[in-house]
Amino acid sequence: MTFNWDLVWSSFGPIVGGAVTGTIPLTLASFALGLALALLVALLRLSPNKLLSGVARFYVSVIRGTPLLVQLFVIFYGLPSIGVKLEPWPSAIIAFSLNVGGYAAEVIRAAILSVPKGQWEAGHTIGMSRPETLVRIILPQAARVSVPPLSNTFISLVKDTSLASLILVTELFRNAQQIAAFSQEFMILYLESALVYWVICLVLSTGQSALERRLDRYVAH
Amino acid sequence: MSPTEPSNASQGNSGLVLSARDLTKAFGSNEVLRGIDIEVRRGQVVALIGPSGSGKTTVLRSLNGLEVPDAGTVTFGDADAGTVRGSGAGLTLDFAGTVGKREIAALRDRSAMVFQHYNLFPHMTVLKNIIEGPLQVQKRPRAEVVAEAERLLARVGLADKRDAYPFELSGGQQQRVGIVRALALKPQLLLFDEPTSALDPELVGEVLGVIKELADEGWTMVIVTHELAFARQVADEVIFMDGGVVVERGPAAEVLREPREERTKQFVKRLQHDV
Repeated sequence: MTFNWDLVWSSFGPIVGGAVTGTIPLTLASFALGLALALLVALLRLSPNKLLSGVARFYVSVIRGTPLLVQLFVIFYGLPSIGVKLEPWPSAIIAFSLNVGGYAAEVIRAAILSVPKGQWEAGHTIGMSRPETLVRIILPQAARVSVPPLSNTFISLVKDTSLASLILVTELFRNAQQIAAFSQEFMILYLESALVYWVICLVLSTGQSALERRLDRYVAH
Repeated sequence: MSPTEPSNASQGNSGLVLSARDLTKAFGSNEVLRGIDIEVRRGQVVALIGPSGSGKTTVLRSLNGLEVPDAGTVTFGDADAGTVRGSGAGLTLDFAGTVGKREIAALRDRSAMVFQHYNLFPHMTVLKNIIEGPLQVQKRPRAEVVAEAERLLARVGLADKRDAYPFELSGGQQQRVGIVRALALKPQLLLFDEPTSALDPELVGEVLGVIKELADEGWTMVIVTHELAFARQVADEVIFMDGGVVVERGPAAEVLREPREERTKQFVKRLQHDV
């Protein structure tokens, strides 16, 4: 058997194209929305209001306690039976955002709690309200602590978007699957897509290191 | 004269900056304040001393709204002048009733706090630490605020640390920045919570020196401290607290040299032996 180099080169275009038009925008949109949601959920969980913190706790529990694939299927295949029909892309973005929201909420909550109480007091004593202190004093410090765990979430998300292939989103892995089915060269196509995911994650890891160095500039080493 | 002389907002004829009456506070079943009265006149330095758990820090924090007493009143300026915020008139908070965010904010408008552990903002340079309040909260013009911060930094010997981050400073330097941050708010009253307790012994002097200068300049201050020698030097009045009550109060020399109460005698003796 000879190695099918031609197929490697000819499939490279559609696979990288799937990354650029599918995987990457899906990841970015879901992560941005998920982070905003996570901040809201973290603040609700920290709220003294029992009802609000209970709702947030329930949400986190459901998201972390059920498979992402099931969440994706509930939204895309399940919701239509109660009259909510969503296209593949919106379904995927909603599912991934909700998922990131649940995981990142815990990270952000822990990061906020890791900032010493004296920082809140110092903010109050110079006249700041709670929201002002949160935004200007607490969150910048919490951000530093949360970069490593949030980077984990981000990198996981890049790979998790491959699940969107199962709800018909045209992305990296779906393109690979289609070429594989057509050419019957499964090993080549799946290794090739693994390689592309890996390269994306390597780039992200480098970005993470740079961000950590930048945020560490005000800490003793 | 220095650009930040003590603020001379109207304080009535009595010269009274602050009076707290009958403050009580319990954490669960632990009564930390059991009816505390304090009066501070303009230019006066009051030292709060007492063993740990005596309630002295809770009193100080109550004056800045970091603790909310269960009952009692705190009055700034002339008690009869009403409770209007920002008018320079008096302010009275009655903790027996509901005290809202605006009342607490008005209280914080009038005093500034220096913390035991400095509590500088680690993600901001020294300059940004100082101008954050005046700029973001008081909305004063940036140029004015920066110029004043620089003058204050020079005064405490830290002009060259303007762009340093807190972690690059020694404890004594951080606390001097903490003091400048409080001064920049132009408060009527400066509150110090054990300002040298977290410092290495050789750094205590530089911080006490700055506080002493402020006292000489006429700033009105309440200082919680374990430094009895320092209290004797700078304080006009010493208040000795124990078990949530004021045991003894009077001119510094009297209370610290010839205490009348047995509990004060023992406390003073014990601390002096430690030194």
